Amino acid sequence: MLKIIVSVIGRDLKLAMRRQADIVSALFFFIIVVSLFPLGVGPEPDLLRKLAPGVLWVAALLATMLSLPRLFADDHRDGTLEQLALAPHPLGLVVTGKVIAHWLVSGLPLAVIAPILGIQFDLSNDALLVLTLAILLGTPALSGIGAIGAALTLGLRGGGVLLSLLVLPLYIPVLIFGAGAVDATVAGLGGEGHLSLLAAMTFASLGFAPWATAAALKIALE
Amino acid sequence: MKDRLNLYRLASPATFYPFAGAMIPFFAAVSVVFGLAGLYLGMLVAPTDFQQGEGYRIIFIHVPASWMSMFIYLIMAGWAAIGLAFNTRLSGMMAQALAPTGALMAFISLWTGAFWGKPMWGAWWVWDARLTSELILLFLYIGYMALTAAIDDARRADKAGGLLLLVGVVNVPIIYFSVKWWNTLHQGSSIAMGKSSMATTMLWGMLLMAMCFWMYSIAVAFMRVRTIMLERERHTDWVKALLAGDGK
Repeated sequence: MLKIIVSVIGRDLKLAMRRQADIVSALFFFIIVVSLFPLGVGPEPDLLRKLAPGVLWVAALLATMLSLPRLFADDHRDGTLEQLALAPHPLGLVVTGKVIAHWLVSGLPLAVIAPILGIQFDLSNDALLVLTLAILLGTPALSGIGAIGAALTLGLRGGGVLLSLLVLPLYIPVLIFGAGAVDATVAGLGGEGHLSLLAAMTFASLGFAPWATAAALKIALE
Repeated sequence: MKDRLNLYRLASPATFYPFAGAMIPFFAAVSVVFGLAGLYLGMLVAPTDFQQGEGYRIIFIHVPASWMSMFIYLIMAGWAAIGLAFNTRLSGMMAQALAPTGALMAFISLWTGAFWGKPMWGAWWVWDARLTSELILLFLYIGYMALTAAIDDARRADKAGGLLLLVGVVNVPIIYFSVKWWNTLHQGSSIAMGKSSMATTMLWGMLLMAMCFWMYSIAVAFMRVRTIMLERERHTDWVKALLAGDGK
């Protein structure tokens, strides 16, 4: 069981590494969107400190969304997806592997770069630490939930816009607790509660989302 | 056998089409009767609220619309579950027929809520838990409608939409509680089992209006599902026979 997941992760990572431009452009999208906000609202440090968690998290949601359509589209186009669906092992495991690989190339870089962007927003060290932890804990849930949307919109016209309509409302709890963790730390309340809830959502979505995604893929492949 | 009503027979569009057609006038009439009674109680009989004045009367539209918006989503998810489990054709059609009404109810709820909020809270919109989750519910309706509209193959649209509805239903409580912990300003529900904090006439007016909205939703959903049936089954004999008979 673990072997299937690991081999799918390895395959997807290898494919992603052959196209590093995709990873880098999603990352720069994140950086650019975050950098636009100070230009839009003004450079006052107090205001920026207040805005930072929300801005970083919304940008993280959008950056994750950006890479979601590619999750299944390439495999669908060259027929790999059908072969994976025909294979004897459950499709849900394959999807789990693909979701983890997606997180490694989209969520993890965001968590690495987020503290640097946080410094631009004048966040304190504690807040930066919690922000990084929150993005680390929350983005796997984004990949998991997003996979359902990516599978539902597979091969449809206007798939990208449609995907955001479907997935963004479902991302709201992650956004609330992700940004809330940093807000609570800044306010001196401690972000542990929020982080625990984020971790709970991540584990729940990694447990359930692959099966819903597999069902959606089977509908799309009919 | 001939005289017994077999509910399973209604799962076929060919038998459900005339059945729905026969039921529409009934539900429409009941809706009008409940609506007139509810509006009479709500607008003329119910006492003026000592805190909120006459403005509170918008709840006779607002509360039933909110109830229906949530209820219809549950019903759609129920149809989706039946459709995915038993592969029935009618389930997906019913879910699609209900969606615009559910979205309309969510919209009415938000709209009337804004009219109520301006005089009572001094703001058209506040980021309170219930308002926000109602707005998200509207987004979920829109997402469902956009997804089913984007898929040309009707069967795939039904199944993909059904799956989205089921995922949405799992998420609705999570969204609701996350938004609730995030911020709460909306007054608590005034209706609880056994003890109700409002006058009896107000409660009756609200319940009658809820029945009115409920019956209206059924009537409109039946009308819409009949259209969907004709469109999807246009190649079948029963539709051709029906249209040939109608077209005189």
